[in-house]
Amino acid sequence: MSSQLLKGNVALAEAAVRAGCEAYFGYPITPQTELLEHMSRRMIELDRVFLQAESEVAAVNMVYGAACAGARVMTSSSSPGISLMQEGFSYIAGSEVPAVVIDVMRGGPGLGNIQPSQADYNQVTKTAGHGDFHPIVLAPSTVQEAIDLTVLAFDLAEKYRTLVFVVVDGAIGQMMEPATLPPMQPLRPRPEWALTGATARERNIITSIHLGAEKLENFNRKLQDKLAVIEREEVRYDTLFTDDADLLVVAFGTAARVARTAVHNLRREGLPVGLFRPVSLWPFPEEALAELADRSWALLVVELNAGQMLHDVRAAVGRNIPIHFHGRMGGVIPMPDEIEKAVRNLVGKSTTELYTMSKEGENGQHGYRFSNN
Amino acid sequence: MGNMATVSATTEEVLMYARPESLENVYTHYCPGCTHGTAHRLVAEVLDELSLREQSILVASVGCSVFAYDYFAVDACEAAHGRAPAMATGIKRVHPDRVVFTYQGDGDLASIGMAEIMHAAARGEQITVLFLNNAIYGMTGGQMAPTTLAGQVTTSSPFGRDIQQTGHPLHMAELLAMLPGTAYSVRRSLHDARHVIQAKKAITTAFQAQLQGLGFSIVELLSSCPTNWHMTACEALDWVRDEMVAVYPLGDFKVSDELQKPRGKPAR
Amino acid sequence: MARGRIEIDTERCKGCELCQIACPPHVIVMADALNKKGYRPAMLVDPDIDCTGCALCAVVCPDACITVYRFRPVRKEAQHVLATA
Repeated sequence: MSSQLLKGNVALAEAAVRAGCEAYFGYPITPQTELLEHMSRRMIELDRVFLQAESEVAAVNMVYGAACAGARVMTSSSSPGISLMQEGFSYIAGSEVPAVVIDVMRGGPGLGNIQPSQADYNQVTKTAGHGDFHPIVLAPSTVQEAIDLTVLAFDLAEKYRTLVFVVVDGAIGQMMEPATLPPMQPLRPRPEWALTGATARERNIITSIHLGAEKLENFNRKLQDKLAVIEREEVRYDTLFTDDADLLVVAFGTAARVARTAVHNLRREGLPVGLFRPVSLWPFPEEALAELADRSWALLVVELNAGQMLHDVRAAVGRNIPIHFHGRMGGVIPMPDEIEKAVRNLVGKSTTELYTMSKEGENGQHGYRFSNN
Repeated sequence: MGNMATVSATTEEVLMYARPESLENVYTHYCPGCTHGTAHRLVAEVLDELSLREQSILVASVGCSVFAYDYFAVDACEAAHGRAPAMATGIKRVHPDRVVFTYQGDGDLASIGMAEIMHAAARGEQITVLFLNNAIYGMTGGQMAPTTLAGQVTTSSPFGRDIQQTGHPLHMAELLAMLPGTAYSVRRSLHDARHVIQAKKAITTAFQAQLQGLGFSIVELLSSCPTNWHMTACEALDWVRDEMVAVYPLGDFKVSDELQKPRGKPAR
Repeated sequence: MARGRIEIDTERCKGCELCQIACPPHVIVMADALNKKGYRPAMLVDPDIDCTGCALCAVVCPDACITVYRFRPVRKEAQHVLATA
């Protein structure tokens, strides 16, 4: 298959089509509407199911229905729409049916704006809905990775009968990059647990209700056991120059792209800096990060939010080394030199200084937040 | 029906009625005399008579009938409150050859689920909806519903429903009938044997609308809630007859032409 | 002349009395004894065999407790077969 220039949203959609996605239900919302539009043509061309629902609430419930019916199904939205879908996510998780959700994050809270953001991190990794569960969350940082992770998302969703998110920010959704699409996969047969009509078999019931306390606890234990397996088996991350890094930059998605350039530049200056890029935001690559952090004298977390992955980094690393943070919000994407400046600001400081550095940025700018441990 | 036993040389016994196969043989949690039981029974009888049990999929909703999936012998799932028509859409779109039906109460369908039911009908989704209207929220203990009558006392309208503050009761069968995607929208009642029999005919026609691919079908059933109305089962049915039918007229609000043609056996 | 009879699943019955009201010849009453759930179930009391097997009780029963039978004359040829069997 040859490489072609692809828009992120279109690539995400076409990757799902190639992965054998049988049904798509969605609602227009910037900055992911091109994904819905691409699906509206491709799914009909291929005689599969496409429906623009009346709302994100309806869309996620159509996904829930089709998932119960055993079809490979997905939806996509952006931050305000993801908020609307959270009820549906909880039901999907509580019913243990597979589904894929693509979140093209934008600035919030509220209507916010349509600029890129990473501020859904907490929302999607912590639970994506009420109750005790975690969806698997994958965070690509290039259009090619978005394609590959979308295909993987369907397989993981089915393997574990769970919800899988692919989260990008609006920049990745909108940008065009050369990428290669995978070959078309055939549609899957229906699993035996699915609702297909009780012909010559016992009927199937799919519900998230377990009324008795012990009954619900047992179900939740089972769910937690499943999540524990996922935590062991499905950790994904990427590293750059971490073999001999003394200072670690931690970032995902677009922030990681910028950090990658910054790290390259700093290395040319001779600074022993490395980049740790989580690809699975849940399960968060705690062990790998902790191990690398042990060899570092400081961490710099870079995000397009007010500090969300920051807390997972802190939890993974503990209080043994200073963790600093550089965040921009509202859709402002830092240039590499901003990251380089933030890194250089940490160089040459003693550990005590690193722990006690001011919370304000040098020029009192918003978005520069240095966090003490 | 045709089980016969010889009781004498001159008489034999013919089975006239037995519980339908499509109804699971289990105790239900419904209150004594609750018309949910009657409606369940009618739907099950229709599924039996049209031989639809093995190809049907039920989407249960949230309300007193939240455990409907325990009572029907079909594949079934549980929807979030109000979302059953959306779930049913997802199922029917990927399984167009299955019979998909929802079973919803007045809170589920006419309040939180208003968008989902209107748009499912607007799209002409090939699903069948059983709408149980008992003018109250049963499961949560008797609060006001969009279908509560003017002046009706409920736990959240303790002084009687005030139309000035809360608007008029919603007439869903009429509203949905206005949409071109709706093939069949009727209102029946369950308050006595004659009306129960008429209701069953309507339910049969509703499923036939789906089988013939004519569009969205809904049967609104005026129902009782003895517990939250603080009446006996018999008093409650009388209240349906005397108070509810006056506000919610029984009738056919939309009947697709193809359904009106006289026919022998139902088309499959 | 008897025309029908009913069987009531007394453990499934919730004593709602709708069948009693619906029954035209009034041959259904509520028992004095309680079933396991504490309801007084419906029962057929039909000493003069007035039940017609109309099944209106079954039509109104919310719990599908009632099975209805109707008696009908055996056809003449079959009567002959039975008599000579």
